[in-house]
Amino acid sequence: MKQNRVKESIGDTILRLLTLLMAVSVVGLIIWVGWQMFASAQESIHTFGWSFVTNRVWDPVKQNFGALPFIYGTIVTSVLALVIAGPIGLGVAIFLNEMAPAKVRSVISFLVELLAAIPSVVYGLWGIFVLAPLLRDHVEPWLAKWFGFLPLFQGSPMGLGMLAGGLILAIMILPTIAAISREVMAAVPDSQREAALALGATKWEMVRIAVLAYAKSGILGGVILGLGRALGETMAVTMVIGNRPDILPSVFAPAYSMAAVIANEFTEATYNLYLSSLVEIGLILFGITLVLNAFARLLVWSVARGPKGGHLV
Amino acid sequence: MGQSLTIRNLDAWYGDNQTLKGINMEISANQVTAIIGPSGCGKSTFVRCINRMHDTLPGARATGEILLDGESIYAKDPVELRRTVGMVFQKPNPFPAMSIYDNVVAGLKLNGIRNREKLRTAAEKSLRMAALWEEVNQRLNYSGMSLSGGQQQRLCIARALAVEPSVLLMDEPASALDPIATLRIEELILELKKDYTIVIVTHNMQQAARIADSTAFFLNGELIEHGPTSEIFMNPKDKRTEDYITGRFG
Repeated sequence: MKQNRVKESIGDTILRLLTLLMAVSVVGLIIWVGWQMFASAQESIHTFGWSFVTNRVWDPVKQNFGALPFIYGTIVTSVLALVIAGPIGLGVAIFLNEMAPAKVRSVISFLVELLAAIPSVVYGLWGIFVLAPLLRDHVEPWLAKWFGFLPLFQGSPMGLGMLAGGLILAIMILPTIAAISREVMAAVPDSQREAALALGATKWEMVRIAVLAYAKSGILGGVILGLGRALGETMAVTMVIGNRPDILPSVFAPAYSMAAVIANEFTEATYNLYLSSLVEIGLILFGITLVLNAFARLLVWSVARGPKGGHLV
Repeated sequence: MGQSLTIRNLDAWYGDNQTLKGINMEISANQVTAIIGPSGCGKSTFVRCINRMHDTLPGARATGEILLDGESIYAKDPVELRRTVGMVFQKPNPFPAMSIYDNVVAGLKLNGIRNREKLRTAAEKSLRMAALWEEVNQRLNYSGMSLSGGQQQRLCIARALAVEPSVLLMDEPASALDPIATLRIEELILELKKDYTIVIVTHNMQQAARIADSTAFFLNGELIEHGPTSEIFMNPKDKRTEDYITGRFG
């Protein structure tokens, strides 16, 4: 059968190929970066095998390298940041979208988004000179006094440590979570709000059944994006986390993150195995981020499907 | 049972724009009252004042008195009021994140009813009243969005009925539907007036003639004429009503 297809003009062909090239180059770049790291980490992979991720020791003098303390530090600070910034970001978004008068809304959302524009080294400085002393002298003693029965809040208050790292990260990812949540909530049609109100919903019930339920996949996406940012954040965390490769249960204790150790020790890596081990940490961070993003996609996708036969935007 | 409504000197504004001017009107219990008039005449504002949805918009306000079986609606908590005065909107708006069943019982759950047996019974009763039960009873756990437009609108009616209101406000409930779905909604309205007082805004004069016991004609925020439907259509007292129903404007 003859197909009556419109013949593509030469300009369209060029555009198609050009955009295809751009799209492919992104994928290619990811593969290339991954492959390069994998290749450079070969020495460490051969020497330590899987024990690299379970080994708690990081000793450049004895040439013994394990990534576990860094994985631990990264995950604890990121989760801490998410636990703090998630509810606050959502609360900010709900207030701005559903409660605040128009004037207040634009001022506060501008200020929240301004938080994202502050360079991370400035956050780090603020962390060292303001946040850490505050934690050491007031917050941590208070937590230890009332919640000291939990291993999480034991040990001496030092200021610099995982709690400080988590708090700094929380402030840094707050605008991401708040801004994305606000946008997806603003996209909820008013007819949904009216449906809830007409059933006799209070303001909060309206937010819960009409707004949050409708926007949940987008909100989740925002939270995951925030988590991704927290996992990879380097400078501010390096400055406040304490930089000690230890695994301690207390959030007061100093620790180390994957990004921080790479940034700090890259220039000191005087022999190949040392350098290779650092690259392998980078590879692990890369892998965690990829897996997390894939998982987030899956989560957003399954939430967005909603009940059978339906689909959310 | 339905309740009657008495509206006295009702004025309503959006910002500086007055959309209702001194409305006085009696709406009888267990009757269908149609509100007709050209676009922008205040029909929607009028019904939205009755369940105080009008007040929720920024810059909107209303003065005057609305009595529900003799009691002022302004003396009630708006949240309570809306459980007595239900509403169905122009565009079907089921909650997309909920199943058909959860949509129907959403209002009951807001009322704190958690008993599964009770919810189940109420859901079936409401869906039957909305003439939707036969079509959906095999797939109650499917999304409300999986239904056709007309079914979605009947789902919204079932959702409004589940909280057992006494008055049902309908703001052009069939305007987004095809003729067959519209017919079903109209049959349903005639069925429902046994138990509810129904106030329906409509653009469609034939629809008003078919289903309403009494009809009110609004123009530029004023109530021009209100009376038995046959009288409004056959023998209007006001020249403007006559002009509108004979299609001279609007």
